[in-house]
This record gives sequence, C-alpha cells and structure tokens, in this order.
Amino acid sequence: MPEQAQLLPGTLDLLILKAVSLGPLHGYGVLLRIGQITSSALLIEQGALYPALFRLVRQGLLKASWGTSENNRRAKFYELTAAGRKRFREETEGWNRVAAAMASALAATAEEI
Amino acid sequence: MNPIARLRQLAASLFHRDGSAREIDEELRSHIAHRADDLARAGMDRPRAERQARIEFGGLEHYKEESHQALGGNSIRTLLQDLRYSIRVLRKSPGFTIAAVLTLALAIGANAVVFGVLNALILRPLNVPHPQSLYTIEHGGYKDTSSSYPDFLDLRKRNRSFEDLTAYILVQVGLDTGREVSQPWAYEVTGNYFDAMQVRPYLGRFFHDADEHGPNSAPYLVISYAFWHSHFQEDRTVVGRVVLVNKHPFTIIGVAPPEFNGTLIFFYPDFWLPMVQQEQVQGLKVLDARGERDMYMVLGHMKAGVTPAQAIADLNAVGAYLEKTYPKDDAYMTFSLARPSLAGDMLGPGVKAFMTGMMLLAGLILLAACANLGSLFAARAADRSREVALRLALGSTRKRILRSVFTEALLISLLGGALGLEGSVALLRALSVWHPIPQYPMHVPVYADANVYLAAFLLALVSGFLFGAAPVRQILRTNPYEVVKAGSFTILTGNTARRLTLRDILLVVQIAICGVLVTSSLVAVRGLVRSMHSNFGFEPRNALLADSSLRMAGYTGDRIPAMERHMIESLEALPGVKSVGLVSYVPLGGGGATADVFTEQTTDLRTANAAANSQVFKVSPGYFRAAGTSLLAGRSFTWQDDKDSPRVAVVNALFARKIFGSVTNAIGRFYKTDDGTRVQVVGVTQDGKYYLLTEDPRPAMFFPFLQSPIGNISMVVRSERDPLELAAEIRRTVRNLDPSLPLTTQTWTQGLDIALFPSHVATVALGVLGMMGAMLSLTGIFGMAAYSVSKRLKELGIRVALGAQRKEVLQAALGRPLRLLALGSAAGLLLGILAARVLAYIVYQASPRDPLVLAGVVLAMCLLGLLATWIPAQRALSINPIVLLREE
Repeated sequence: MPEQAQLLPGTLDLLILKAVSLGPLHGYGVLLRIGQITSSALLIEQGALYPALFRLVRQGLLKASWGTSENNRRAKFYELTAAGRKRFREETEGWNRVAAAMASALAATAEEI
Repeated sequence: MNPIARLRQLAASLFHRDGSAREIDEELRSHIAHRADDLARAGMDRPRAERQARIEFGGLEHYKEESHQALGGNSIRTLLQDLRYSIRVLRKSPGFTIAAVLTLALAIGANAVVFGVLNALILRPLNVPHPQSLYTIEHGGYKDTSSSYPDFLDLRKRNRSFEDLTAYILVQVGLDTGREVSQPWAYEVTGNYFDAMQVRPYLGRFFHDADEHGPNSAPYLVISYAFWHSHFQEDRTVVGRVVLVNKHPFTIIGVAPPEFNGTLIFFYPDFWLPMVQQEQVQGLKVLDARGERDMYMVLGHMKAGVTPAQAIADLNAVGAYLEKTYPKDDAYMTFSLARPSLAGDMLGPGVKAFMTGMMLLAGLILLAACANLGSLFAARAADRSREVALRLALGSTRKRILRSVFTEALLISLLGGALGLEGSVALLRALSVWHPIPQYPMHVPVYADANVYLAAFLLALVSGFLFGAAPVRQILRTNPYEVVKAGSFTILTGNTARRLTLRDILLVVQIAICGVLVTSSLVAVRGLVRSMHSNFGFEPRNALLADSSLRMAGYTGDRIPAMERHMIESLEALPGVKSVGLVSYVPLGGGGATADVFTEQTTDLRTANAAANSQVFKVSPGYFRAAGTSLLAGRSFTWQDDKDSPRVAVVNALFARKIFGSVTNAIGRFYKTDDGTRVQVVGVTQDGKYYLLTEDPRPAMFFPFLQSPIGNISMVVRSERDPLELAAEIRRTVRNLDPSLPLTTQTWTQGLDIALFPSHVATVALGVLGMMGAMLSLTGIFGMAAYSVSKRLKELGIRVALGAQRKEVLQAALGRPLRLLALGSAAGLLLGILAARVLAYIVYQASPRDPLVLAGVVLAMCLLGLLATWIPAQRALSINPIVLLREE
C-alpha cells in the first residue's frame, strides 16, 4: 500500500463533488472513485464519508435517490444538482488558485527574491 | 435550499424521524455490505470479510449520530432521545426519583405560595383603571394617611398635580333590608369617588358630585357585587329598593362590577355610601371640623407627565397655605405619596419587609433543596462513573452526556415544580377564602395568576440547572480508560481523600440554611408565647367582650348614655358576673382615637404647641375593674361624673409623667383638650398597649362616658363562667332591653387576634419553613451518611476484621458527616441570630438573645444529626466482615 496523507480540512467535500461529477455514485462507489482518482494517496475513514454526503445533500449540492447497485444491493445514488455543479466549478477554481500560489511560494529560491 | 424544501425537511425529520433514522441505518449498512462483497471477492471468507468491513467503517453509531446532525433537524430528535433515556434511568431508581421530586415539590411549592402572597399584596396593582398613577396622600408630619374633610376639600381644589382627589373612610353600619338585619362594612366616600376611580357600574348607576347638596342630601347606596350575590341573590330588581342604614332609609342605586372591591387590597367593603350622610352613618358631624385630622384617606390619579416629586412639592405648597390660613388646626402640613392598596405607610412597609424576608427564606429553602439534590446527583454520578466511561468509550461525546444529565435534572425539577405548583395553588385558594379575623371583612386575595405560574416555572428551571451542574466537573474529568481498567474499588480512594469536596460544601451550606430557619422560627415562637403572657395593661383572660352600637339602633342624644347605663346594670345583675365596664374602643382591638393635649397654661391651641398626642378612651365607672387595669393613684370614675359635674379624666402613668412630671403630681391637676376644655386629672392607671403590640409606650387618657357620650360601645364582662353560656345569656339580656340593638360577643382573648395576627402569621409561616428546612437537612445528612457508609462497607469490614472497636468504626463511617453538621449548624445559628433582629420588628418580644432559643437550636440540630445518622450508623455497626469478604 502506498503511503497515505491526512486529508486537509474542507477537501473531502470537494473530492466528493469531483467524484460525483463524473457520474452518479452510491456512497461506497464515491469512496472507491476517490481512491481511484487520488491513487489511494489520501486516508479517509469510511464512515466519515456519510456525514459529509448528508451535509452536501442538505446544502442542496447533491441529490440522492435509492437504486440497485452493480452488486444487486439496494443503495442510495448521489448526483450533482445544478447548484452543485456551479459550486464544484467555483471550488475547483479556488483550489487551483490556492494550489498554484502555494506551489510557487514553496518553489521560490533565494535568487528569485 | 429554498425555504419550503427546508420546512419540508424539518417536518420530515420531526414526524418521520424513525423513517430517516432507518434510512441512514440502511445506507450505512449497505456500504458495509458492498465493502464486504469486495473483500470476499478478494478471497476472504464471508464472516471475516463482514467483520473486516465493519472495522474499516469505524464507529457505526457515532457516524449515524453525525449523519443525523448533518441532515439537520436533529436537536428535537436528540432531545426526545435524551428524554426517553432519562425517563428510563429515573424509572430504574424510583426511590431517588420520588425523593428528588418531592423535595423539589416542597421547595418550589413553598416559594410559589410566598410569591403568590407577595404578588397579591405588593406586586399586583389595584383592580382599577390606570393603577400605576394612583397614589394615596400621606401626612409627612404624622406618617398617616388621614386628613380632615375641609383639608381634603382644599387639597382637592388647590392642587395642580392630580386629575381628581377623592376621600373615604371605613365604617360599620346596621343594615336592615326588611328581611334581615346585619352589620356590614362600608366605605363612606366623597361623591366623586367612583368617577375618580374611573369605574363603571355593573347595574344601575353610581352617585356623583352632583348628587350631593349638603348634609343628608344623598341617601344612596352602591352595593358590591359579592354583597349583591350573597344578600340579594343577584336580584336585578334590587336597584331602587329602599333599605334602612342605622334606621335611616337609603336607596340602592347600583351594583359595582365584580372586579372592583374598593381601594384597599385586603379590606373589601359590602357597599359604598356618600360622605354627606355622615351624621346618619357615623353619628358624627365633622365635615366642617378642620382639626379632625385622623378621618379620611385621600387618594387620586396623578396627571400624566407629573412626577411624584413635583406632586409632593405642589401638595406641600397647598399645605403651607393651609398652615398659614388655619394656624389653630393645621400644623406639620407636609405630604408624601404612597400606594393606596396597603393603606400607605400604615401597613405598607411592614408587609413589604415581612414578605421580602419570607421570600428570602423561601429562596433559602429552595437553595437548600438544590444543594441536597446537587449532592445526590454528584453521588449518583460517582456511582455511574463506569456507565459514563463506557458511553465515552463507545463514542459518545462529553457534551452529549452532560446534556443527558441536565435533561434528567430538568425532568426532575419540572416534575417537582408542577407538583409543587399544584399544591401551592390549592393552598393559595384556601388562603384567599380565609377570613383571618371574623369581625372584619379581611381578605387575602392571593389566587395564583400568570405571574405565579411563571415564577414557579422559572424557579424549577433555575433549580434544575443548579443541581444538574453539581456533577459536571466529575463528568468532564472522567477518563474512560482509567475507569474501565480500574474496578469499582479504586474510585473510592478519590472520595475518601481528605480534601473538601463540592458535596461537602453543599451539605454545609444546606445545614447552615436549615440552622437559620430553625433559629428564626424558634425566635418567633418564643416571641409569640411571651407576648401572649406579657403585660398589656389589662387582663384579657376571663373576660368577654360584647360589642354593640346604639347609633345603628337609631338612638340619639341623651337616650344613648341612659340606655348604656341600663345595659351595664342589667349585665352586672347576671349571676357569676364580677364586673362590667364599657369602653369606646377596646385596647388592641384594631380601633382607636387620638387627640392632642395641651398644658393648662397654653392659650394658642395649635397642634404645634401640643404637649402630647394621646390615645383617647371613653369609659364607664366600672371599666378599670372589669378590664383588670390597675389604678396607680387617685380614683376611678363614679356615676356622679356626668355632664353636670366638672370635666375629669384618668390618665396613664406616661401621660402623667409627660405633662405633670410624676404620677403623684398629676392628681388634682388640670390640662386642656384640643377644644380648650379644662380637664382635671382624678386618677392615674398603669401604662398599656393600645394600638399595636409592638408600639412604643403611648400616653393615654380616659374620659367618663357620661361626659363624652359614645354610640359604638364595647362592654367588658368579667366572669369566670363558661364564656359560651355567658355570651348566650348576655345576648338574651340585651335583646330583652331592645331587640334592635346589634350585638356581637367574643372572649377578650379572641379579640386580641387582630393584635396578634402579624405574630401569628409570622410564627406559622416561619414554623412551616423551619420544618421544611429541618426536613431537607435531615434527608441531606442522611443521604451523605448512608452513601459514605455504603461506599466504604468493604473498608469498614476490613477494619472490623482487623479488630476495630465500635467507636472507631462509627468515627470512620460518620465522623465526616457529623463534623460537617457541626460546622453548618454553627454558621446557621450565627446567621439566624442576625436574621432574628429583623424579626423583632414584626413579632413582639422576639429576641435572639434568649438562652432557651439558643439551647433549642443546638438541641434541634443535635437531634437532626442523631436522626439522620441513626440508620447509617446501625448499618456500619452491623458489618459482618466474613459476609462482606465472601461477596468479593
């Protein structure tokens, strides 16, 4: 197993939005998708996913409906709402700005100053 | 989210909380199943895969809880959950629950009752429109609420601060409705009374200023709703009916609304009649006597925008004018304002001080109850530390546990509050129909209103939080790992430590409070007992009082003293009667009159020049003997002291000393009354109590009733016969003389009820509170002692096994509670002695510096300690180490 990093606060919501933006998923599927797109580099306790999911539902960013999973089990599927899509775009831009700023700050060498 | 969706979700979480809980549960389990599927697919056998999936998922219950919170609408669900949990916990220990609820019910009930009375007497305004601007005008100089009629008219006419001023006086009259004869109480009022009070009639009409055209021009009655109900069966044709008041015809013109019961909160009149009828009603003609100061209470609504200070300045300006214009009659004409409902400063300050004191004591009781419950809760928390630790270990937060503790406390306090309120409402209802003094229409209108309910609710909430807070620190400190690892035994080392715990402090506080209550109730009881046997200046035992009114029976002029003499002689002739005396007002009977007196040399008879203000009594020759008042010098009156002989008086010792320097000096000397009459002193009596038990010694003078006739009389009949039998015979005798003479009889001891009323009330109230305080500390000490014995059974068992003596076992088991008891009692006694100083103002002869009281308190506290520790001590002594160790 590769070394895993602690999740930064606030990043789980963005990851969930990203995961769901690629197509409707049930809870476990969200977890798998996050693992897939981060190459399992981030440590997420499985149960912690759900309070976050419900919070997003409550904010109207996700909508949920019951369906049947590929394992032929009942599961709740999540997809982005219009508001969710908008928020996802904003958050992504925000994150990219912060990340770029952080990266350039950390890459700074003595000569550049 | 739009508001409608939010609402829908809130409703959903409210009404389908089980549904949403099930959904969350299903979703989380579905996750675990999917994970298990994956693990199984990777080659794990199914049971292991499921177990692994659960472990990876983390705390299922914890996340369920968080999910709920994330979904919102969670607080009500948690509250219900906490409530259900608390009910379950409380039902598991019914003894604790019942004890706690009852304790609180008593304490909150006591507070609700005291607050109910305080609310009714002090906080609640009179039931008239705009009660906030209604003031009664007091003489600053005399600190009383009365004025003469001419002064009232000037005040009314010349002031600029009041909408209108009205005046009234309480009178008792003989009423003959044609069907029955009774002696109801009435307000004799100025014509504008109802207009100034802004009340509307319930039936018929009220009288107004315009109805008055000089003396005896307005023979009208307005009856109260209650009197209409009880005496006329709500007959609507009563308006226009003619009835006889003191044998004079009066027309009933209206019925007052049910909520209007006059302008004193505790004295409901049966009807109102115009002041111009004074001669017929009171047998007096003082409407033009400016010097008759102690007549009428004056009150009125202050104008909007006028401050009390401005109003007083305005009134004082009128007063200065009156002093200058009428120097003979008016002096010290400064004024102050007071609330009319308690007759201004006559009763107001006393009642207020007493009720504030009672409220304080009741508050202390509640505090003691909270301390008691707080230590119970702390003990329970210690017992439940394993449970708390377990819940923490299972993922509950400390906040959540604290919340459930508070839910439990509040549940108990609200239950106790409801129960206490119910009891107090019943008690208040009983109080409000109570007639403490039968001969007066006294009411204590203390029904519970919204204020009382609110106060009880708030008190319950506050006390719930107070005693619920006791175990907070304990719970916050709980380290689940330590507690679960250690057995129940190790927790004890914390408790047996030497330091003073919160529980100890609570117990000491509680015992101190109890000490205060016990001390003050003992002081009050002792004071009451002593005042029953103190020297009043007369002997109330073996004496009957027969009150009558010749005026009510229509007697006038010379017929009055003639009939009175006749009555005295007939009663003296009864077998077993030793002596009969007649007096205008029985001392300490609730009534009285005063007058200024002047030295013989004084020629300018204005109040400012008076040598003294003296109590006035008019008596028959046999009065001093019948009353048991001893003569110190000179002679009593004889039947020769009539209106044809020179004016004479008997004065009390203080009067003699004040005017003449000494008792012996006074005999044969002269002084002047306020109308300038020269009066010769023929005798000097001992001093006595005349108006209030707590009063300072007052000068008093007695006039022969043949020289100053009186229409309202009390006859003192001294006899050792059975009072009931004698009373019946007296009634028969008087009826034979004239059947229209009203007559009420009572023993003189009963007659003192009104004077002793404050002491009685204070003693009963303090006694009840003292008992409650004692009960609370009894349970408190018992709880502490029982708890410490049961917790240390093993330790004590080992001590016994190692050869400890009974004394050592007791010391180990009960030393601490008893030391706390001693500490608390000492503090309580000290505070109680301080508090008793306040009591001395209400209860006559209440003094904390009384060895009997001190001994009583110490004895009571020792008894309490003994009672409370008896059962735990027995338990500690009966420890059998073998049985105990086998149980291990």
